[in-house]
Amino acid sequence: MNIELTSADRAFRDEVRTFLATSLPPDIKRRVENGLELGREDYASWHRILYEKGWVAPGWPVDHGGTGWTPMQRYLYDEETAAASAPRIMPFGVNMVGPVIFTFGNSAQKDHYLPRILSGEDWWCQGYSEPGAGSDLANLRTRAVRDGDVYVVNGQKTWTTSAQWADHIFCLVRTDPDAAKPQQGISFLLIDMRSPGIEVKPIITIDGGHEVNDVFFEDVRVPVENLVGEENRGWTYAKFLLSFERAGIADVGRSKKQLAGLKRIAAAELSNGRPLSEDDRFREKIASLEIDLLALEYTELRALSRQTSGKEPGTEANILKIRGTEIQQRITELALEAVGTYANPYVPEALKDGWNEEPIGPEYAAGVAPRYFNWRKASIYGGSNEIQKGIVAKLVLEL
Amino acid sequence: MDLSYSEDHTLLSESIARFIQNDYDFETRSRIAASDLGFDPGVWQQFADLGWLAIPFSEDEGGLGADPVSVMILMERFGRGLVLEPYVPSILLGGRLIAVAGGAEQRSRHLGALIAGKIQLAFGHGEPGGRYALAHVATRAEGGAGGFTLSGQKAVVHNAEAADFIIVSARSSGEVRAQEGISLFLVPRRTPGLTVRPYRTVDGLRAAELVLEGVQVGEDALLGEEGGAYQAIEAVTDQAVAAVCSEAVGVMDLLRETTLEYLKTRQQFGRPLGAFQVLQHRAVDMLIACEEARSLALMATLSLDKTVTERRRAVSAAKARIGNAGRKVGQEAVQLHGGMGVTDELKVGHYFKRLTMIDTFFGDAAHHLDRFAGNA
Repeated sequence: MNIELTSADRAFRDEVRTFLATSLPPDIKRRVENGLELGREDYASWHRILYEKGWVAPGWPVDHGGTGWTPMQRYLYDEETAAASAPRIMPFGVNMVGPVIFTFGNSAQKDHYLPRILSGEDWWCQGYSEPGAGSDLANLRTRAVRDGDVYVVNGQKTWTTSAQWADHIFCLVRTDPDAAKPQQGISFLLIDMRSPGIEVKPIITIDGGHEVNDVFFEDVRVPVENLVGEENRGWTYAKFLLSFERAGIADVGRSKKQLAGLKRIAAAELSNGRPLSEDDRFREKIASLEIDLLALEYTELRALSRQTSGKEPGTEANILKIRGTEIQQRITELALEAVGTYANPYVPEALKDGWNEEPIGPEYAAGVAPRYFNWRKASIYGGSNEIQKGIVAKLVLEL
Repeated sequence: MDLSYSEDHTLLSESIARFIQNDYDFETRSRIAASDLGFDPGVWQQFADLGWLAIPFSEDEGGLGADPVSVMILMERFGRGLVLEPYVPSILLGGRLIAVAGGAEQRSRHLGALIAGKIQLAFGHGEPGGRYALAHVATRAEGGAGGFTLSGQKAVVHNAEAADFIIVSARSSGEVRAQEGISLFLVPRRTPGLTVRPYRTVDGLRAAELVLEGVQVGEDALLGEEGGAYQAIEAVTDQAVAAVCSEAVGVMDLLRETTLEYLKTRQQFGRPLGAFQVLQHRAVDMLIACEEARSLALMATLSLDKTVTERRRAVSAAKARIGNAGRKVGQEAVQLHGGMGVTDELKVGHYFKRLTMIDTFFGDAAHHLDRFAGNA
């Protein structure tokens, strides 16, 4: 047993660092570092750079354009990209629909969609949740009725991140309302967002931002060749998708970066004439959070080590999701506490690039409250933390 | 990086598990706890014969040259078995202090006997009013012709009554909480002027208060340099703290498994307790606490041969979080067992008590959180 990286892993990490230092556009890096808003073009241009490097889809099989990296290399890659303040790659194409297509799609679907996902030509969004189907996803009601060569889709999807930017949406739709169990009558459809009958309405979240949308479908005609796999087997593919992207679910690298930012704020803020970072009570809160993050990091490293030695990944992904999001939220909460009264001013323009006016309060304070409010989503999305605990109780504890 | 067990690790883990299963069931353990001595010399000899007492010592010291991970494995198994035998005070504190601070002559005279199971050791360091400050030593050492005179008090010294030698820290210079000026002395327990007032601890172990009144020891009792023992004390106690973190992991796992079993079998309102969602989520919280404790105990163990700063941070991070996680898992185990959880009959309470006392071993959660924060 040893904790040191092999020389090959160290060399890989250096290669990633060098690439990031030379290839991450400074203006994008600056926006990520300062918590400013990123536009579609920021995500797209970083996606293109990684695509040209061949690194945009580390989790894919090599035949389809993956990197063939070991789990350790993927971990290091995630850590380095976070440390360098690179933006995320939008997950909906690369991490979600892509794996479903290369695993269950037919060859025409693979040939058409996969290269366009890799290159960033197509943007995807996810049509899962509905007003009446959140944690109870199998209760979804959006209907797809076969009519000759097309499905006619009617219904509503919600919480659809970046639907306003997407070219396609992958949807769970009900094709058999009479199936014995709700999970059995669901199909997995790929739908062009430019289809007549689709309407996207923004949902403004408590931070004032526009990330998510309602998507309405009214008699939307979808060619039958856009069905993935078999009709009424969509639930199986949906579950596969949820289990695919285990790597990096804890997001340790990004939390380390955020924690470093929090420490900078605490060092700059004053409390009784001394830096807040020297206040015993605040220092203890940060220390406690940092220990939580270390526990998460070593829990992930243990999982990684099991995976490297050929063992199947277990349900640790659920635990990593629960603790990872709790830690992310705690960082935003302590940042809010740290900036004190300057959490109050609401100046959304200050988070846009190119805003040149005098900041209100310290410059770092502008994004702190929006980030705190926005990040409440983390323990709700991707299966709320209560749902995650239910899964662990059932599958691990067998309760 | 590879965090999997080697073949030797797996064999060690299995052999200790077999010993607990065959020779150290809970009834046996209860009988030993009730005995005068508080541990079983026959069991101790068995440990020696199996080579377990040699694990933390290098081959030069007469040991096996095993790595810290082996100690981690052993302590975790001991935790699961709630083993009473004084491995921490005698081997990990007493033995390691002689190995780290002692001269060649002292090492060869004592370590062989210790590893063979022939002698017992204890470490008298903490003092009334010192709380967890490691440098708090008010006990005085006055140098004179041919030796030293020791005077002072030591608090909650585990294994003191059974020990053949007690390693006592004492100060020949400096303020009470200064790191400089502390020395270690190897004091035979039956030395005139040394009073040992023994008692049982709440978790079934044995400890004692020591009073030293003009205790005369020779120059050969001094371990290492006069006044320069602090670094050795800190290094050895960090190793011992990492070890009790692993012990706590074993205790927590056993409590969690026992509680889970109870949730599955105990019927109320016509169904098993485990069918209630509010209890399911609490069982998951216990699992998360155990997993994180295991991760941090591993981190602490792997830090022991790194730089002093890295070691301090990792050991204190583990001890701080395990103090809190242990309290949570222990209290939940009792609560979820209902009324049965507070009976002496069930083993749950005994594990809970051990876990609770581990938090007080060389610094509780608050102490180590502060130490972690101070070593950023």
